[in-house]
Amino acid sequence: MNSAVSLRKVTAGYEHNVIFAGLSLEIATGQFAGIVGPTGCGKTTLLKTILGTHPIFAGDVLLNGRPAGNGRPGAIGYVPQLGSVDWSFPVTVEEVIMMGLYTNSRIWPWASKEERERVHNLAHRLGIYDCLHHHIVHTSGGQRQRAFLARALISNPKLLVLDEPTSGVDIKTQHEVLHLLGDINSEGITILLTTHDLNAVASHLPWVICFNNGVVAQGQPRDIFTNEILTRTYGGDIVIVKHDGHFLIANSTPLHLMNNHS
Amino acid sequence: MEFFFEPLRYEFFRHGLLAALMVGSLCGLIGVYVILRGMSYVGHGLSHAAFGGAVVGFTLNFNFYAGAGAMGLLAALLINRITKNGKVKSDAAIGIVTTAMFALGVVIISQVRTFTQSFEAALFGNILGITDKDLLVIGLVTVATMVAIFLMYRPMLFSTFDNEAARVFGIRTEIVQLLFSFLLTLSIIASMNVVGVTMIAATLITPAVTARMMTDSFSRMLIYASIIGAITGVAGMYLSYIFNAASGATIVLFGALLFCVSALIKRTREKLMLRLNVHRHGNLIHSHPHDRRHAKQDWKPGNDPAESKIPQSKAE
Repeated sequence: MNSAVSLRKVTAGYEHNVIFAGLSLEIATGQFAGIVGPTGCGKTTLLKTILGTHPIFAGDVLLNGRPAGNGRPGAIGYVPQLGSVDWSFPVTVEEVIMMGLYTNSRIWPWASKEERERVHNLAHRLGIYDCLHHHIVHTSGGQRQRAFLARALISNPKLLVLDEPTSGVDIKTQHEVLHLLGDINSEGITILLTTHDLNAVASHLPWVICFNNGVVAQGQPRDIFTNEILTRTYGGDIVIVKHDGHFLIANSTPLHLMNNHS
Repeated sequence: MEFFFEPLRYEFFRHGLLAALMVGSLCGLIGVYVILRGMSYVGHGLSHAAFGGAVVGFTLNFNFYAGAGAMGLLAALLINRITKNGKVKSDAAIGIVTTAMFALGVVIISQVRTFTQSFEAALFGNILGITDKDLLVIGLVTVATMVAIFLMYRPMLFSTFDNEAARVFGIRTEIVQLLFSFLLTLSIIASMNVVGVTMIAATLITPAVTARMMTDSFSRMLIYASIIGAITGVAGMYLSYIFNAASGATIVLFGALLFCVSALIKRTREKLMLRLNVHRHGNLIHSHPHDRRHAKQDWKPGNDPAESKIPQSKAE
């Protein structure tokens, strides 16, 4: 199998605290995969390990066949959690997107004509051209997500990694972002994201990895979203409603209903 | 114009003016990175460490700048090392490392009392005692810092905005951080004799914060902060001459005054913009970009019958 991401017996964590041990995981090239799991299960550590920003205790992490951190600059596109961004920082949307090109060899601070054209074309495509000159704080949640997505895509990456792209945005924007990611994936870019939104994963992603300090299960949503697997992943009762080929996943029966039943 | 040319007859004033101009623009420029990296306290700390180094250097018969520079760099490296694993935060590391180095200088001074006087200049600044050698050092550091920031603009901006993403995208963030620490230490050492250890933090932070209130663009903020720093230095020098006050302190006070004026203008402008953009139809309030002409036609304070029904807090 041709793997975009390959983890071989990787052990990672923090001092005196191993988050996952001996983890092996393959993400096929061209895959569109989502990592789901409870808070504190190691999703972010896994993502950082793949990105090469978190030190590992043992094992190997390969991205497109090369050790993590040794690929060409810009080969991996990364979209951080919006919650981690300093929104008061003095940059416009255009400057944020332009940062994706800062790994090239150009030393002049200003953008070249070709760079500006690339940014404008991508902004057009992602529907944020009109707000290019806005300060980042003066944009909507959807525009922010698209701006950071544009920064990740501008250097033509083979692998796109997103940390919680559906958090902090409304349900319409969630769908727009996931549809957009689907379009990007159809162009051959491997996409890996983490999310808490199981329903969004069920309806938009072709591949799911259930994670809880290790891979619990992985596969297509229809095979993975079973009561047994989700209970093993989240450690609590999960209700799965299947209707007309679609899934609706919810927590166990709400307290007030439980009281009524009793 | 007499008041402008009269002090220029004195060599000490010309030296001081040139030093204040260069140090102002240098600190304004590097200060932008200091405040955006959330390291406002580091300038204060490093200047104290450099003071300790200057005293140690003097005791060991080294050059003033060599001792201050070595200790300043050592402090920057130690702070980076201590904070690397995330267990100790940078403000705590700065407090421990730099204060210990400053204390070392104070202990040495208290033991060898003969040179106490010469270090008062480093503590409180002695801009009127600036020598040709000092001017040369300040000039070299200013040019070197400006060239480095120009050439490293892209990686420094990316790593300042989002260090983790910059690393993922392939930027050598450790090298950028090291370069920044080096430039900051050099800037502080070059500025020590001008404004003094106790006031360097203000010359680093105030022009940058004032510039931030004037623009939302990073590149413009760099230019504005540099210009504001230079203006503050020059105006502070003239004011100190006119009022016969301490030069370093007057420069810092003038910088604070500029900040207050800038904050007031920003606040007034925001209130005015909000007023012009608030558009009312009866009890309905909405806000959208709106030019002054329409705002006057549609709504004036006091002539809207619905205005009395609308709580002020909502209108604002």
